[in-house]
Amino acid sequence: MRTFHGRPVVPGSAKAEALVSHAGFNTLASFQKSLMSGDKKATCSDQNNADLYGKPMFGKALCMPQTIGSTTGGMVMYCASQLGQQAACLLFSGPIDSLAAAGAILSDVWTDVHMPTVDNLGPGFLDFVKTGMTVTVEEDGTVMVDDGK
Amino acid sequence: MELTREQQDILSGSKGETLAKVMKTLVMYGDVFGAERMVPVTGAMGHLVTSFGLSVMKPVQKLMQELIDAGAVSSQPFTVDPRPMDKNVPANLIQNLIFKVMYSKQAEYEKQLAELGLLAGDAFTCTCYMDEIGNIPAKGDVLSWAESSAVVYANSVLGARSNRNSGIIELFGSIIGEVPYFGLLTDEGRRASWIVELKTSKLPPAQLLGSAIGLKVMEDVPYIRGLDSLLGNELNGTAKDYLKDMGAATASNGAVGLFHVAGLTPEAVESGETLIRPDAKVYVIDDAELARVKKSYPLIWPDPDARPKLCFIGCPHLSGNQLHDWTAKLSDALAASGRKTVAVPTVFTAAPAVKDAFEKTEDYNKLTAMKVILSDICPLMYMNNPKCRMMPVITNSNKLRTYTSSRYYDDEEILRYLSEGGI
Repeated sequence: MRTFHGRPVVPGSAKAEALVSHAGFNTLASFQKSLMSGDKKATCSDQNNADLYGKPMFGKALCMPQTIGSTTGGMVMYCASQLGQQAACLLFSGPIDSLAAAGAILSDVWTDVHMPTVDNLGPGFLDFVKTGMTVTVEEDGTVMVDDGK
Repeated sequence: MELTREQQDILSGSKGETLAKVMKTLVMYGDVFGAERMVPVTGAMGHLVTSFGLSVMKPVQKLMQELIDAGAVSSQPFTVDPRPMDKNVPANLIQNLIFKVMYSKQAEYEKQLAELGLLAGDAFTCTCYMDEIGNIPAKGDVLSWAESSAVVYANSVLGARSNRNSGIIELFGSIIGEVPYFGLLTDEGRRASWIVELKTSKLPPAQLLGSAIGLKVMEDVPYIRGLDSLLGNELNGTAKDYLKDMGAATASNGAVGLFHVAGLTPEAVESGETLIRPDAKVYVIDDAELARVKKSYPLIWPDPDARPKLCFIGCPHLSGNQLHDWTAKLSDALAASGRKTVAVPTVFTAAPAVKDAFEKTEDYNKLTAMKVILSDICPLMYMNNPKCRMMPVITNSNKLRTYTSSRYYDDEEILRYLSEGGI
């Protein structure tokens, strides 16, 4: 178990299985197919992201350096939240980018979904956390990663 | 963030619950990035990214209706990204059926856009800054824009100031008429944390160079050295078109919202290397690096050797000059290979007003004689159709490649495909 401390962008608590992208998370490319097909598992459709491609994103603790790509990003995240395809929480190693921040805030203000979002967890966070590990997020931005040891 | 009395009143609900939520969203957005205040949007027009009435995007339509019902409409006219459908673009019966279902809300959504402040019925393009459309911000204008390729162009080539706002957020800024002051709106946020040293043997394909830069610097600001010696020091039509395409790739393959080109873009000409942060990292791009980047693109066609069924040129939309240039290049290539028409069904895309102007020229007849279709569609939205996604589609757009199953080729390779049927 290792603990990281970040900044709560949207404070809240969550416990979920980690899904880790070491490359920038392209929100549109990742959610495009699942939004179109109504895939409730939200299978990642970003062909350029070898870490996530083909993996379900719904209910996961999505761990990434930042989001990239189309400026529909925040709106796509908002739609995913409204349609029940959202991640359990969003965890960023570095400072959050404007599109991810928009997605997290739009989900918080305009939907009933609560998707805790923490940034600035440090580069060590993405070195340590692996897909499949259990992640616990606390209100103050504390993130505990259980590696089974 | 420190709010004025009026801003605080809106946040407290003095102008209704909906506008209070709009303000709350903008304040939270600004707080995340350490904005200390809001600043007025000084650009004359907005630009929105969401142009498509997708049936699965009911949440957006619901939100927009809430805004309209509350009278919370844009304080300025806006342009919007391209339409998702055009009956002139090839599609079979099943694909057309799916288009009708997918975009069944298009008319309804366009009505909402009109009620919210859409500039005109033909204001649908990702290149709103073309002369023919007229949404051209001045240097220093503060904008509330989205559409990654338009934002990076406005910031870099025009010297206007917009953050990479998300869809919906950009509309909120236009509704309130103010945006939180942070990031690319500030002088400090516009300084470069990367130096890109271009050392290629010739001018690289714009969208390949942009891809390499975007994949490396992600959302940082690059200062590009060496491009002016290949592209020239005059920000003329050719240079603007190149930077349009390069910028679109930096913004889609990465998250670049602003780049500076030494000796060419306005702020680089004005301030030179003082724009570079002392701790800037260096990325050298030579022929080998571009070859490596190009080779790294995955190909997800079910049959990698499939013969292309469609070719898209124009993501982002082509300028008038590019339409003329492509017509000439294609005409020459077909003549050289002894063909009269393209070997792969091909669609050129441009803004409605650019398309209208081009249709009045002699080159339009030349283009249609080669069986090329001219459309104002968004190729990306076309490729969203699951039955189109299965098709082997080729393109010179690294943006389209990033978001769809289409395969990227540079202009020379595309010309060979279209004139010879293969490479």
